[in-house]
Amino acid sequence: MVHTSYYLLLAAMLFAIGAGGVLLRKNALIIMMCVEIMMNAVNLTLVAFSRQLGSLTGQVFVFMIMVVAAVEVAIGLAILVELYRQIKSVNIDDFSSLKG
Amino acid sequence: MLLANLELYLFFIFGGVAVIAAFGVVFNKNVVHSTLFLLLDMVMLAGLYVLLNAEYIAVIQILVYAGAIVVLILFVIMFLGAELGERIPTWLTIRNVIVVFLAAVFLTVTGTAVFEWLGVGQAIHGNITPELIAQNGSVEMVGAAIFTDYILPFEFASVILLVGIVGVITLGGWRKVQHRKDSE
Amino acid sequence: MSNYIWLAIVFPLLGVLINGFFGRKLGRRLNGWIGVGTVALSFALGALVFMQVPGLPEHAQRVKLWDWISVGSLQISLSFLVDPLSMIMTLVVTGVGMLIHIYAIGYMEHDKDVARFFTYLNLFIASMLMLVLSDNYFGLYVGWELVGLCSYLLIGFWFHKPAAADAGKKAFIVNRVGDFGFALGVFLIWTTFGTLQYAEVFEMAPAISTTTITIITALLFVGAIGKSAQIPLYVWLPDAMEGPTPVSALIHAATMVTAGVYMITRSNILYTLAPTTSALVATVGAVTAFFAATIALTQFDLKRILAYSTVSQLGYMMLAVGVGAYSSGIFHLATHAFFKALLFMAAGSVMHAMRNVIDIRRLGGLKSKLPVTYWTFLIGGLALSGFPLTAGFFSKDEILAKAYEFNFLLYAIGLFTALLTAFYTFRAIILTFHGQPKDRKLYDSAHRESSVMTTPLVVLAALSLLGGLMGLPAALGLPNWIEGWLEPILEAGQSLTGEMHHAALGTEVMLILASSVIAILGITAAWWVYVKNPQIAERVAAKYHSAYTVLFNKYYIDEIYNKLIVEPGKALGRFFYRVIDKAFIDDVMVDGLAKVTKGFGATVSGWQSGYIGNYVMGIFVGSVVIVVYFFLR
Repeated sequence: MVHTSYYLLLAAMLFAIGAGGVLLRKNALIIMMCVEIMMNAVNLTLVAFSRQLGSLTGQVFVFMIMVVAAVEVAIGLAILVELYRQIKSVNIDDFSSLKG
Repeated sequence: MLLANLELYLFFIFGGVAVIAAFGVVFNKNVVHSTLFLLLDMVMLAGLYVLLNAEYIAVIQILVYAGAIVVLILFVIMFLGAELGERIPTWLTIRNVIVVFLAAVFLTVTGTAVFEWLGVGQAIHGNITPELIAQNGSVEMVGAAIFTDYILPFEFASVILLVGIVGVITLGGWRKVQHRKDSE
Repeated sequence: MSNYIWLAIVFPLLGVLINGFFGRKLGRRLNGWIGVGTVALSFALGALVFMQVPGLPEHAQRVKLWDWISVGSLQISLSFLVDPLSMIMTLVVTGVGMLIHIYAIGYMEHDKDVARFFTYLNLFIASMLMLVLSDNYFGLYVGWELVGLCSYLLIGFWFHKPAAADAGKKAFIVNRVGDFGFALGVFLIWTTFGTLQYAEVFEMAPAISTTTITIITALLFVGAIGKSAQIPLYVWLPDAMEGPTPVSALIHAATMVTAGVYMITRSNILYTLAPTTSALVATVGAVTAFFAATIALTQFDLKRILAYSTVSQLGYMMLAVGVGAYSSGIFHLATHAFFKALLFMAAGSVMHAMRNVIDIRRLGGLKSKLPVTYWTFLIGGLALSGFPLTAGFFSKDEILAKAYEFNFLLYAIGLFTALLTAFYTFRAIILTFHGQPKDRKLYDSAHRESSVMTTPLVVLAALSLLGGLMGLPAALGLPNWIEGWLEPILEAGQSLTGEMHHAALGTEVMLILASSVIAILGITAAWWVYVKNPQIAERVAAKYHSAYTVLFNKYYIDEIYNKLIVEPGKALGRFFYRVIDKAFIDDVMVDGLAKVTKGFGATVSGWQSGYIGNYVMGIFVGSVVIVVYFFLR
């Protein structure tokens, strides 16, 4: 049986990669994918702990996260499409109308 | 020997591919390629869930992520045109160096913490038997949990989905449909 | 029926609500009749209850509505007192008030804001009834303040006229000085007696030290000085004539200004226990009466003459209550309400006819133009002068008789003032109504009198003639109804000092004759000076130029107050405005805080670049810091 720590470390790596990707890339689509990677990393920790503690709560959590992720992606992509119609770009540096 | 450590090997394969796929998502000029790497990543994670005896989650992972989300993203890329691949001008900026450094710090810290625990912790909690774990991830168990203890969050999940549907319809063209109707 | 006396307050309040909220929709005619109707209902109720008072046990009934304020040992209920004094005041307020309301319909017919006017008038009636009907000092104080507010609102009714707005403010501020003393008096009653209810206070009063009672009564008297326009706080009343004339008649002649007299009569037990304060009240009253009468001699504004005569007559009432002749004070209050309201409304009728000209130097010869006004004004003037057998004659004579028993000097002042009163009253009548018109054009363009305005005049003229029947001199063996009526209120106080004795028959007859002679003498003198030898007045004025100037300028009291109180007050205000308010509160506190916030905001808003990457960077840096912190801890 693989030690839970390995899973956690893997999750940390995926999370760091995802976070780095969010910060490094300017393409909104890629950023959304990176966010998905981060969420999956978290899901992985939850499932790993679920096994570690013998509790189903972690898995139910993952289920909820997946629901939220699906909705988030759907809405995020809808926003992105609308934005693209407006300014013909998905580069986040072009979205600065919220400047204070 | 090989069979005994099969689980470990599988973990390394799945984990390694997942990490490589994640890198592929981040460092790829072509958005379509990035998306395909994301698909690979999701599938690898589903494999890891199976290793963790969470079959139900693994199936959902494939259905939702690989089946729905990735397809949706591909759809959008098709919608917006394929020339979205951004030019990566100069990777070596101060900001990017800071980002990488911070990510390294994060990884170091969490990794250290995890391996400190590795010394004292066990693979599973003391009184939990592998049989219980094997039972745990099954559809019956998760279904029972969702429909008894977690019925309220489950209902909320459906509300969230409904809100998402309404939001997407509103953003995505309801107005234009109306508009077209009006102009007829 | 007496249980429902609170309805007398509710009716005018209903008028306030109707006219206040829907007045403009109802139309001018209806506004006036709602005002009149509600007061008439109160009057009818008051009259019914009035009849029942002799049948009540101990001639009094407490009507408690509910507990109003209940804080620790402070228990104040909203309750009313039906007794001879409160009911006579109710009748005067609602009766005279109703007539003045009717008159106001005619007087205000050209004003565009009738609804507001009747709203205020009704509010005033309700407040005044609250004042007289309350069975405790708290309710009295509430009414006291509310009538002050109504007075302010009504004096400044034409607030677009700076003079009216200023007069309103002056009345309000000067009254505040008095009200402050009054409030202190009420507080002291509370700390001394532990209750504010009349019955309980008066029951305990004899056991309290004279010093405390003296202080209480003196403080209450400060309030009366302000409200009843005595020296030194009378200055607001003449200026209050800037308000519409019905207001002058109702508030500044007949009712509100007599609140001080009512309050002292109500507290007669306290004042009987404090001879020092009573002497002070009598002295202030007598001096005020004389002082105001001398000013009235030289004024040319008809309403101002009447205003000073009001101050003077209020002085008489104060003299009466000061010498312990409470029933005489109330008697004079009632008769004064009749004839002074009459005089004011007649003056208003003149104003209305002459397009708001009120300077008697420009009037004259109006006798034929305004016959009803002339005759009623004449009757009012006779009553004011104390011409024999008019209402004012009996009440004033009674006061003078009581003052004679008390102190001869006060009597002499009172008598001399009566002479001046007769003189200036007829000076005004002669200059206004007799002789030749001094301003032909104005005279020819006069409006006609309208019946809605003259009817109340006639009613009040009748009352001014016959009102004396309420209190015929008892010394002559004639029935003095009002003294007997008020007996239940006053007997407790009288029992403390011993039986009130009436003067010997001979003395009384002599005093009555003296008053009559003085009144006729004053009238004759006015006739002699202004009809027979019209140039004599100017010669006298020229000969005693300095004295005349002083009187004409009202002893420069306003100017002195201006220099002594208003200017230093303004200087203090400027100091606080510039240093405390402007420099400290505005610049340092308000603006300073705003500047700090603004600067901070300007700095921070620079961070809000609008670029998602920067925000995400912030989140990421923060997360890493938190993770590192928990790891190193």
